[in-house]
Amino acid sequence: MQNIRANSKLNNSPVFTTISYTLVGLISLVCLIPFIVLVAGSFSSESSVIRDGYWFWPRELSLDAYRFIFRYPGDILQSYKVSLIITIVGTSISLFISTMTAYVLCRKEVKYRNGLSFFLFFTTLFSGGLAPFYIWISKNLHMQNTYLVLILAPMFHVMYILILRAFIKGSVPEPLIESAKIDGAGDLRIFLQMVLPLSKPALASIGVFTALAYWNDWWTAMMFTSKQDLAPLQYLLYKMLSSINLTGAMAQHIQSADQPKETFKLAMTVIATGPVVLVFPFVQRYFVSGITIGAVKG
Amino acid sequence: MQQEGDEMSVNAEASNRVVAAPASGAKRKKSGFFREIRSNRVLYAMFIPITIYFIIFAYIPMAGIIMAFKDFNYNDGIFGSPWSGFSNFDYFFNSGKAFLVTRNTIIYNVIFLTCYTVFSIIAAVFISEITKKWFKKISQTMMFLPYFISWVTVSAFVYNFLNYEYGIVNKILAHFSIAPLDIYSNTSYWYVLLPFLYVWKWVGYGSVLYLAAIVGIDQEVYEAATIDGATRFQKITKITLPLLKPTMIILILLGLGRIMRGEFDMFYQLIGNNGTLMDATDIIDTLAFRSLVGSADFGMASAVGVYQSVLTLIIILTANWLVRRYDKEQALF
Repeated sequence: MQNIRANSKLNNSPVFTTISYTLVGLISLVCLIPFIVLVAGSFSSESSVIRDGYWFWPRELSLDAYRFIFRYPGDILQSYKVSLIITIVGTSISLFISTMTAYVLCRKEVKYRNGLSFFLFFTTLFSGGLAPFYIWISKNLHMQNTYLVLILAPMFHVMYILILRAFIKGSVPEPLIESAKIDGAGDLRIFLQMVLPLSKPALASIGVFTALAYWNDWWTAMMFTSKQDLAPLQYLLYKMLSSINLTGAMAQHIQSADQPKETFKLAMTVIATGPVVLVFPFVQRYFVSGITIGAVKG
Repeated sequence: MQQEGDEMSVNAEASNRVVAAPASGAKRKKSGFFREIRSNRVLYAMFIPITIYFIIFAYIPMAGIIMAFKDFNYNDGIFGSPWSGFSNFDYFFNSGKAFLVTRNTIIYNVIFLTCYTVFSIIAAVFISEITKKWFKKISQTMMFLPYFISWVTVSAFVYNFLNYEYGIVNKILAHFSIAPLDIYSNTSYWYVLLPFLYVWKWVGYGSVLYLAAIVGIDQEVYEAATIDGATRFQKITKITLPLLKPTMIILILLGLGRIMRGEFDMFYQLIGNNGTLMDATDIIDTLAFRSLVGSADFGMASAVGVYQSVLTLIIILTANWLVRRYDKEQALF
């Protein structure tokens, strides 16, 4: 298929080939360069940045910013812990319940399945707005400053449930479920032992999207937490970037003005973003297949 | 996806049926209801967790919409506070903010959607023309990279590039003896910058989406065109682009449906509470957020929220109606 395509398109036009490669290469570079500048900046010495500004490579190589951060790594390690916990716990629960829901929605026996779908779908059409949500969660449910709110608030995406439903419908044949039923398997067992394993490709895709949303979520923490030890990585990063001086525990340790202010911000960003960027090439294909399954943005 | 569209259009009909049923015989329906629940009790039980979740995190807050018609105070809560009619809305519309934020939200999101669509298609079309596998793979990975980082991280990038004293843009300008730009206190740059950053972040995602549509095009069409002597450029303009049109229209309409919920993360992280840029970059979301968290102005915050919800609903229904007219299979409901 790929070959036929290549041949059919390749009626030798060197100019066109050059344009394609240049254009695609250019867009890719524009996407990549900020990452390079960031890493270069974080490995530069503070004095060279103050003197000459940032550049595409470190003009004076220095590890000061990282050394400074790792002198008191408490906050960062704690934030890593928080981010990992909410991402792992949140993604697992979200995936399990989403798939279970999707499974119910595609079983023909469930007479009210369309009504149930609408029950979920309506929440994407209409909402009460931010203010009642905030008051309800914090004043009535008292969920501020808990892991619970960080895990629950971003947990489900109706679109993902509907995508899972379409997937299960397409890849778990009805007769298979019927025959399992005849063999005496209950609905729950069919779900756990048949549907769940057969949905693995979709679970991987929806899983990476959900995990990414958890990892990058700073909003929930900003709205509902005020404790330093509950700050996920992105929120910690936000706080450090938005305040000119250091916040929290780190500030208590440092009296003198020896902090590398400029490069520190960049090093902090590298540390907070690094894992995602490093893991990404290995899971990229799940994202790509997820986009193709869903074919709808968001 | 087609299947999904199908299913959802079935939805509407089915829910009509459910509503219509009691008229024919309430008693029979009731026993039918219980029999249905009992005979599929395990399946219905499996739906309970999500039901509880959405009642707590969506439907109860939805009922909290009445807060906009109340003179809210923290002690009495949403349901205990005294009613105040439309005074919150009067306040919101008379503040002069309503027009400003609506205009900004619409303008920015229309520009975002346009640029995103154009660049995604350009990227997808040219990626599909590339025959060297390694080049294709590496460039796609690079384009996708910005999608994975949060807007918090993007704000660090922006600082890195645009900072007045140390930013790389001003350093490059200095090389050409051009005076440095003070980007953080000049609104006009942001009309270009924000769309640029939006495209930067989403182009990888969009190109995958459109590339999937291009790969789906029947190869025989291209082969026939080759035999007829079409150039590669002609094949793009006469085959690829026209065949992408249906996908494009659907994606644009669906994008329009989201136009009132515009990119809070982006605006908040990049602009924050920068007073100079506020008028040019304040959108509905940032206003709702600031009134709630910044100034604890519950009346304003809840009125803005209701205003946004109602507009969103109207726009989604309109967009969906247009999608339905264009291609019934693709409609959301």
